[in-house]
Amino acid sequence: MQRWNACNSGTTNRLGCGSKNPEGSLFLNYYYGFPVRTFLRRACIPLLMALLTFIGPHVRVLECSAATEPPPEGGVLPEVKLPAPGSSADRDYLGLNGKGFFSIPEIKAEVVIVEIFSMYCPYCQKEAPNVNKLFQTIQKRSDLKNKVKIIGIGAGNTEYEVNLFRDRYKIPFPLFPDPDYSIHQILGEVRTPYFIAVQINRDGSHKVIYSQLSSFGDPEDFLKLLLKRSGIKGGA
Amino acid sequence: MSNKRVYFGLLLLLSVVVPFVGLAHGAGSQDRSKIYPVGKLKPVDSHTRLKVGDKAPDFTLPSIEGDKVALGQYQGKKNVVISFVPAAWTPVCSGQWPGYNIAKDMFEKNNATLLGITEDNIPTLYAWTQEMGGVWFPVLSDFWPHGKVAKEYGVLRNNGTSERAIFVIDKKGLIRYIDVHDINERPRLEVLIKELEKLPK
Repeated sequence: MQRWNACNSGTTNRLGCGSKNPEGSLFLNYYYGFPVRTFLRRACIPLLMALLTFIGPHVRVLECSAATEPPPEGGVLPEVKLPAPGSSADRDYLGLNGKGFFSIPEIKAEVVIVEIFSMYCPYCQKEAPNVNKLFQTIQKRSDLKNKVKIIGIGAGNTEYEVNLFRDRYKIPFPLFPDPDYSIHQILGEVRTPYFIAVQINRDGSHKVIYSQLSSFGDPEDFLKLLLKRSGIKGGA
Repeated sequence: MSNKRVYFGLLLLLSVVVPFVGLAHGAGSQDRSKIYPVGKLKPVDSHTRLKVGDKAPDFTLPSIEGDKVALGQYQGKKNVVISFVPAAWTPVCSGQWPGYNIAKDMFEKNNATLLGITEDNIPTLYAWTQEMGGVWFPVLSDFWPHGKVAKEYGVLRNNGTSERAIFVIDKKGLIRYIDVHDINERPRLEVLIKELEKLPK
């Protein structure tokens, strides 16, 4: 390492290692006569651009890869940005005004149930009527229908595939495609169907109150569990 | 900003980004418990000589229903989609046919049927499709003589499994679409349906 005319301590920096470096540097200036510092200075931006070009397609994946486990109960939901639905009925249901992207805690509700599904998943297909039943159970309760909302995210599904799933099972709540699995990765690459319930507080904070794989069982019992965990009493 | 700060920033960026690049390439998304982890496979490991416009090679294979199904029996009656999938109980395959299973009316609307073929034996295919909840289309075993049909279609891989391949055959028995897909990925349903919509009904 002695060949490297490098400065890596404050003392040597002040001494100005490298004759052309009166201020000192973290980097070597010359290596066997090669003008390293000059090269870096001139190549810095092109190198950075080349690097960003290479990693650009992976940036979303990089962001997503951070989650290796599903969101834990008691924790917070990782940031997920969803496009506002095209359907005005769906936007009204979620209490969204704009047409841009929104995050799940922005949904106008006290509890949001998120189903991670795939149109190709036979277990999700089997569970679809049960989730519809949960939706109907909530909608029948005038004291709850504005407080508890459901959305679905189709892991690896295109809009076409999500629409087919919606049509086939007559799903009444908003579904969102996730064709490149980017949301799925943010949420810990869960198997499907996976259900996450998020309690949203008045101050905008939120907490995951349910995070489990596979069927939630009886919709009435599941709703009771969520009401208990969230402390929602019902009422207007 | 001094050069030192610029260099330090670049170094910091590299130190944060580089370790994740490999992780991104290796990111998976499938069932991690009971399903055998096949890992990332060579996308295509065969070469088909068949091309659009060719006569589809006829075959007769045993189905999980106990009968035998021949491609020729559909000639003049129905368009046929052949879906070769590599192996039962593997991640992507287990999430391909169930999608076709709920798209039955889209096949019917285009006067098409689907034949699912793998190189697995009948008991394996039976158990696997039962786990899916059953499927509406014939599931055929190309187990013995092993891979004979896959070989005729040019989609038999070197390890004895087939490619993840789709052949669309019209009522005249002519091939109208070939997709020897990256084995690691599921073909999009809409692409197949659009191809069916092009066919005479």
